[in-house]
Amino acid sequence: MSKTETEVENQAPEKLPLDVWHRAQGGRMVPFAGYEMPIQYEGIKAEHDWTRSSASLFDVSHMGQLSITGENAALELEKLLPNGIANLGEGKMRYSLLLTEAGGIIDDLIVTNTGPHLALVVNGACKWEDIAHLREHLDDSITLTHFDDFALLALQGPKAAEVLEGLVPGVSELTFMTAGLFKFNDQHVWVSRAGYTGEDGFEISIHESHVEDLANALVADERVKPAGLGARDSLRLEAALPLYGHDLSLDTDPVSAGLTFAIAKARRETGGYMGHAATLSRLDGGSTQKRVGLALDGRLPAREGAQVFSDNSAVGTVTSGGFSPTLGYPIAMAYIDNEFTTEGTALEIEVRGKRLPAKVVPFPFVPHKYHRKGA
Amino acid sequence: MARYFTEEHEWVDVEGDTATVGITDYAQEQLGDVVFVEVPQAGADLTKGGDAAVVESVKAASDVYSPIAGTVVEGNAALEGEPELVNSSPEADGWFFKLTIADKGELEGLMDAAAYRAFCDDL
Repeated sequence: MSKTETEVENQAPEKLPLDVWHRAQGGRMVPFAGYEMPIQYEGIKAEHDWTRSSASLFDVSHMGQLSITGENAALELEKLLPNGIANLGEGKMRYSLLLTEAGGIIDDLIVTNTGPHLALVVNGACKWEDIAHLREHLDDSITLTHFDDFALLALQGPKAAEVLEGLVPGVSELTFMTAGLFKFNDQHVWVSRAGYTGEDGFEISIHESHVEDLANALVADERVKPAGLGARDSLRLEAALPLYGHDLSLDTDPVSAGLTFAIAKARRETGGYMGHAATLSRLDGGSTQKRVGLALDGRLPAREGAQVFSDNSAVGTVTSGGFSPTLGYPIAMAYIDNEFTTEGTALEIEVRGKRLPAKVVPFPFVPHKYHRKGA
Repeated sequence: MARYFTEEHEWVDVEGDTATVGITDYAQEQLGDVVFVEVPQAGADLTKGGDAAVVESVKAASDVYSPIAGTVVEGNAALEGEPELVNSSPEADGWFFKLTIADKGELEGLMDAAAYRAFCDDL
C-alpha cells in the first residue's frame, strides 16, 4: 500500500505553540503550510460529525495575523482589495481578496475594523507572499505588523457559543462576522464570530503564552473535542468555502470563482484597486468558466485535478473533492465552462479511466448555520 | 494456514494454491475512514508489486499492490456496500481479493507476524 497523495515540503516545518499539546491529545502531525499540524486525533469522520453536532477545537495558528495602521489605512488598503474598507464599521469583518494587476487571486482574507487598526487574517501558506505584496504596495505612511507571537484557535459547532460564553463572558452577544475584545481569565483575547466549517463558531486570537490554558479549558468541557485539518477540509468543502491553492489561485479570478460579493458595487465601474480593469472585463462577460458544486453518484470520490466531461467534451476540472460525511455521498467543486453550469446539468467526472455520473448542485452542499444579526 | 506480511502493509493468507490478500490493521489505522474500495475482477492477472486495488479514505486515495503474482479468483464483493469493513475488520471480513498463486517461491521474501510487528514498531 502506498500513498498517491503526499504533501511535499522543502524546508523543515516549524512547530505550533500547541505542538506538545496536540501530540498529548493524540494528534497525528503532518507538514502543512510550513508547520507541523494535526491532521486528525480520533478520526476525520468522527471529528467531522462532532463539529456538526456539538463543538470542535481547531488550531489555526499557522494563519497570518496582521494589522495595518496609519492615518489613511482604510483608503490605502482599498487600493489592493475590491471591497469597500473605509465603510467597514468598528467591530465588523469582511471577506476579501488580494488581486494581481491581471485580476488573479493572490490570497483570500478577512479584514476586521478593530478600532485602533485594521486586522487582516491571511492563509498560512500565503502569508509571506502577502506580507511582501502589502509592504511593496502600501504607502510608506502605513505600518504593517505581523503578530507572529499570537495563536489562533477556532471553536466551531452548534454548542460553541454556550461553551465559550462560560469561559469568555460576553461573546454570545457577537453576531456572524463581528468581533471584539474580551477577557479569558485576566488575559485580553480578540474574538471573532466566524469560521471555516459552515457552523456557528468563533476564532480566538490569544498570545501564545496563554493559548495552552485556553485549549485546556475548552477541552475540559465535555461538549468540546479537538479536531484536525482533515475534518476542517471536509467541513469547509460541504460548506462550499473555497480553499486557497486549490479552488483559488493566481489563475483564478473573483468572477469565475463566484466571489463577486467581495467586489463593492460602488467600485465596480470606478475601480481604484489593483486588478480592476481585468475584473471589470470578466464581470462584463469575459469570464468563460464558473466554480460550481457537483454531487456524484455512487461512493467513489473525485479528487482535485479530475477532468469533467459532457459527452466526450472536456468542460472543466475538479479543484476540491471528497466524500461528504454529512450527506453520505461524494461531492466536488469544479471550474466548468459557463454553458454547463445550470443546476441539474448531468456531467461525468473521469477517475482512473472510469466516468462517474455527477450533476451540478447549488452551493452550499450542506446549509450554513451562522448566527446572523436579527436571526 | 500461514499468514505473511509485506512492507507495504498487506497480509497474505495461504491455503494450498490460493492466497487471500488484505491490508493490515496498521494500514487501516493510517488510512482513516475508508469510503470506497475498488477490488480486481476475477480472471485478472496480477504481477508481484503491480497495482491490484484502490482504497479511498476520507483523506486520500491509496493504491494496494499485489504482494505476489497470480490470477484473481474473487474480489471481496462485500466491500462495495460496506467499505468500512476495511476499518472494522481489516484482517478478516475486510479482505480485498483471492488469487491463484503463480509462484510459491515469491512467498519466501515476505515477513511472518513477528517480523511484521517488529517492522511496524520501527516506523
